[in-house]
Amino acid sequence: MEEREQGRMKNYETFGLEPRLSLEPADLERRFYRLSRKLHPDVAGSQSMEAAANLNDAYRTLKDPVSRAEYFLGQRGIEIGEANLPPEMLEEVFELNLALEEGRVEEAAASFAAMLAGIDRELQQKFEIHDAAGDPAALEAIRALLNRRKYVRNLARQAERETVEG
Amino acid sequence: MFEIDFGKQDPVVGIDLGTTNSLVAVMDLTHPRVIPGEDGSLLAPSVVHVAPGGEVTVGNAARRLLIDDSTRAVYSIKRLMGRGVADVAAELQFFPFRIAPGSESVIRVQLGEKTFTPPEISAMILRQLKRNAESDLGCPISRAVITVPAYFNDAQRQATKDAGRIAGLEVLRLVNEPTAAALAYGLDKRREGIVAVYDLGGGTFDISILKLQEGIFEVLATNGDTHLGGDDIDNRLLAIALEEIAGEWSQDLSKNGEFVQLLRRAVVEAKERLSFVPSTAIEVEYGGRSYRREITRELFEKLIGDIVNRTLEPCRAAIRDSGVTVGQIDEVVLVGGSTRIPMVRNAVEALFRARPHTELNPDEVVALGAAVQAGVLSGAVEDTLLLDVTPLSLGIETMGGVVSKLIHRNSTIPASATETFTTAVDGQRNVLIHVLQGERELAQDCRSLARFDLKEIDPLPAGMARIEVRFLIDANGILNVTARDARTAKEHSVDVKPSYGLTDEQVEAMILESVEKAEQDFAARQLAEARVEADAILAATEKARQSETYFELSEREREAINEAVNRLLVVYHSGDYLLIRSHIEKLNDATLKLAEAMMNTAVRGALKGTKI
Repeated sequence: MEEREQGRMKNYETFGLEPRLSLEPADLERRFYRLSRKLHPDVAGSQSMEAAANLNDAYRTLKDPVSRAEYFLGQRGIEIGEANLPPEMLEEVFELNLALEEGRVEEAAASFAAMLAGIDRELQQKFEIHDAAGDPAALEAIRALLNRRKYVRNLARQAERETVEG
Repeated sequence: MFEIDFGKQDPVVGIDLGTTNSLVAVMDLTHPRVIPGEDGSLLAPSVVHVAPGGEVTVGNAARRLLIDDSTRAVYSIKRLMGRGVADVAAELQFFPFRIAPGSESVIRVQLGEKTFTPPEISAMILRQLKRNAESDLGCPISRAVITVPAYFNDAQRQATKDAGRIAGLEVLRLVNEPTAAALAYGLDKRREGIVAVYDLGGGTFDISILKLQEGIFEVLATNGDTHLGGDDIDNRLLAIALEEIAGEWSQDLSKNGEFVQLLRRAVVEAKERLSFVPSTAIEVEYGGRSYRREITRELFEKLIGDIVNRTLEPCRAAIRDSGVTVGQIDEVVLVGGSTRIPMVRNAVEALFRARPHTELNPDEVVALGAAVQAGVLSGAVEDTLLLDVTPLSLGIETMGGVVSKLIHRNSTIPASATETFTTAVDGQRNVLIHVLQGERELAQDCRSLARFDLKEIDPLPAGMARIEVRFLIDANGILNVTARDARTAKEHSVDVKPSYGLTDEQVEAMILESVEKAEQDFAARQLAEARVEADAILAATEKARQSETYFELSEREREAINEAVNRLLVVYHSGDYLLIRSHIEKLNDATLKLAEAMMNTAVRGALKGTKI
């Protein structure tokens, strides 16, 4: 994929931004609107379809902190890896499965949401640490968090499916 | 007379191609305006009738024929757009569509002795709207913005675009109906903030959540059901009435097209009255017998409660996807005739905890918004920009029939994704890609969109070929696929087989046919105009022959006039407008001197009475 060209942070370049893990959403939105007024095919004609698609794709990637971090790490050659159960979460996941088996669906959903929110808070902290110091150790911590997040997401989705089918 | 030059291009119109009614609107200097039809009505019922000679009637006139000549008339054709016959099986018990055999991937509807595809029938409606706009604006119309339900899939959008092309319209943009409504609404009030648009029409339901900021209309999320609307309410009442009639009259009339249309009309009228009065009756007379059924609003609400409830889950899903909370939604706008039902209004108000807006006519607001977007595209409207989304996720089928999502629902369009494909076997020459739309995990539960065949791949060991395929959903919400060989960077051909709908060749053939028809139409109009002109000059000549001046002409001059008159009379009924025109010219030449002489006499006469 051309966007995965190692090292280049094209999605940031699109917005004239330095590659940073923390972004100010309102600033990103302003830039997105300003560029849309130039590149959207309604204004620039159908020959601008590709350029507008690239802009929208870049905005979508950067707007969401998780996809932004995945992109950032990917461009640095860091793979998130297959989602594995982190040993420190064993207890929590066990509790969750129990709740699901006993049909305590809402309780399980609340736990999932709380786990995700916890990971997101931690991610935000690590983003700031990384941006301030350019600390490569922070990137590894972020990778581990993203991996854990992926695992929890998969779990939540699976539970959702089972509840729908059951 | 002053004429303001708006540039060389003819105006772009906005069209709401609805399940029940269709409208055309245009941007006047500052505001959009709906263009009336020949009969003066702003709404053209989406009903088409085809006479034995092939003559097409659309709108109110066709609606009357729906009862008198039901096998040659069709309504609610939008329900069949972009669908296969298996999709609509459930609906056929309620709709008197006569589906011709061999309709697996493209439905063909029987109207009299001929069959037509849904895009062709929709094109007949579009052609009528085009004509209405042309006679109102006094110039040819060739470009349009057409609205579609936000939740329309790729095939349904493509079918709508095909309909436009068949009707001789360049479709500059397909705009989602709720978004169009927001445009009309937001432009009118210069609103800012988060707006929800609840659109319950005749056959479709959409909910969209938008953010309005400094002229940007950004759709945050959309959801809906392309088979939920006022028609469903009508069908439910209709089924009850038919059953009761079968009991009372000991006669099953459910297969009698004429009677069903008559009863449907009575049911719709009763439904509409119930929005204003607490109780009414469904009344119908047929074959000397009469049926009357009291219905209170309370009973009506019991009957339709589940239909109204079916709109709520898509609303909740849209709110979830938009990332805003109910409390953050500043306003709710109601669109579509079915939002006149008090129960619907109450349900919306309860869900969004906000009083819904109804300032703009719910039947017209979509067309008005389409005209605004037409204005944006033609440059007549500045500073307004619409950022819409794709309603459904796009994915490809992978191992084990699992769908791998490439572009998620509610992504701002245009949106794209690139995926690299390779071969599984040594020397493999082609790769088949199955593209689907939908939210489910398995291909069998999603909507098949098309199969793309990557052909003529260089024979290489397995896994060595690298074909990069770019999936691009354009600003109309329609998928475009391009491919290139990553090793050689050469463009790679993609052979597209749409799962539902017309192939490009079929559309081309229909366009050709309609162009021929348009030429015939054009010729007929030219002929009528030429005859009107001939009538005028013949009458003027006849009058001049009574005047004194005529007898002042030489005999040769008078003979020339007589001959020109006779020749024009001979060609008058020839049906060749060019021939008529050339003889009008000849008579004009022959009477030139007479006209001048009469003019001089008139001036002299006028001067005589004037004191200088």
